[in-house]
Amino acid sequence: MKTRDKPIIKLDRAAILADASRELDMPSRRLFGKRMLTLGGLSLLTGCSITDDDSVNKFLTAVSRLNDRAQAFLFDPNRLAPTYTEAQLTRPFPFNAFYGIDDVPDVDGDDYRLKVSGLVTGQRVWTLPELYALPHAEQITRHICVEGWSAIGRWGGTPFAGFLHRIGADTTAKYVGFRCADDYYESIDMPTALHPQTLLTFEYDGERLPAKYGYPMKLRMPTKLGYKNPKHIVEIFVTNTYPGGYWVDQGYNWFGGS
Amino acid sequence: MPVRDEFTRIRRFITVTDMETTLAPTHETAQRIPPIHPLWLRITHWLNALAALIMMFSGWRIYDASPVFRGIVIPPSITLGGWLGGALQWHFAAMWLLVFNGIVYLGLNIASGRLVAKFFPLSPRAVLHDFIAAASGKLSHADLRQYNAVQKLAYLVVIADLVVLVLSGLAIWKSVQFPLLRELMGGYDNARIVHFCAMALMAAFVVVHVAMVALVPRSLLTMLRGR
Repeated sequence: MKTRDKPIIKLDRAAILADASRELDMPSRRLFGKRMLTLGGLSLLTGCSITDDDSVNKFLTAVSRLNDRAQAFLFDPNRLAPTYTEAQLTRPFPFNAFYGIDDVPDVDGDDYRLKVSGLVTGQRVWTLPELYALPHAEQITRHICVEGWSAIGRWGGTPFAGFLHRIGADTTAKYVGFRCADDYYESIDMPTALHPQTLLTFEYDGERLPAKYGYPMKLRMPTKLGYKNPKHIVEIFVTNTYPGGYWVDQGYNWFGGS
Repeated sequence: MPVRDEFTRIRRFITVTDMETTLAPTHETAQRIPPIHPLWLRITHWLNALAALIMMFSGWRIYDASPVFRGIVIPPSITLGGWLGGALQWHFAAMWLLVFNGIVYLGLNIASGRLVAKFFPLSPRAVLHDFIAAASGKLSHADLRQYNAVQKLAYLVVIADLVVLVLSGLAIWKSVQFPLLRELMGGYDNARIVHFCAMALMAAFVVVHVAMVALVPRSLLTMLRGR
């Protein structure tokens, strides 16, 4: 699921500009600055100020993209996440989002329409009764949050691979993207979208999916971290253009695999 | 003033020869004697120190997002990354350096025979003996080429500890993709406990290691310039 922390980045523009112009005026100072940088490790470790540095952020982002590829390489499309018994369920299953529980969106099931778009042959909208009539599957799996905690939950719905085939999705495309009723957005790689345990869920623990867990539907992927599992989905699209994600665009790793 | 210049030159020469005689019996053999720490060891040592410390300081920030032990929270001011997402970026960047540098270190250590030569034989009796000698201030540090038994044990333990850190970290990062590792660690949640405890052991090592270097500053020079 989604986490509450938000990045706090405050830069004093005026002070930075003043510093920069002073540095440019004095080449010896610049040289000294460069030499200080080669001391590297120590200055890296003594403070967090360097994390605001643009080149450092660029480097870390580049490594994160590399890690996307490393994880795609490690991902085995046939490897199943462990499943558990009902006795092992975490009760109550924790609520987690980028907002408090009082701000959970109130989606009206009667008016609800799921939009399917992008590289699919069956571009159309789906009503909830139509979705509920799709083949049913259940799983009891561990939800692992990027924060480190984990919880075991029971989800019911329809296998996402089957749904993608039904809508005539181009499964050679790179991404499947999601837009949500709570303004969350997320995207995943096609191999994970086609994984046998990736489930478009309409139920939690045998009941209609409650609002706090993502009514009317959540994409459940036990092979990915919580924030990759979008809730309150209103649109699903298939694309080759990188769509990013709510947390991903702030610095979380895109692949987010487990 | 030529006389004075000459005098300074002679003095310099004497100092240089003096220094070298303390290190090696004669000037000729001094050239052939290998450094106390070969260059590859010094490089891998410092890269490892950099990677391990980045891992630790960013790991503390990640830990704080959902502490394993309720009572233990790391003050955010001493962590790296600024927020959870930033800390994760540092952690998953430094891991490559830690792992590949560690492979080079272990590979060269084993292939060159240094591991066996430097760390073995090692007996509990020797460790106890040297520990008592160290505690009573009688342990000699005259020959930095030779590790004492406590040092041998400490370095071997921290090497094994880093291996455990990497494996438990892998079990946390990829608990679905590495089922054997996950089960070895006793499951996902338990892998976090193993990872934290191994971190605590490493932190303790760092504190003691730095304290020992402060007591024998010459050892820092040997790790920097090899002699």
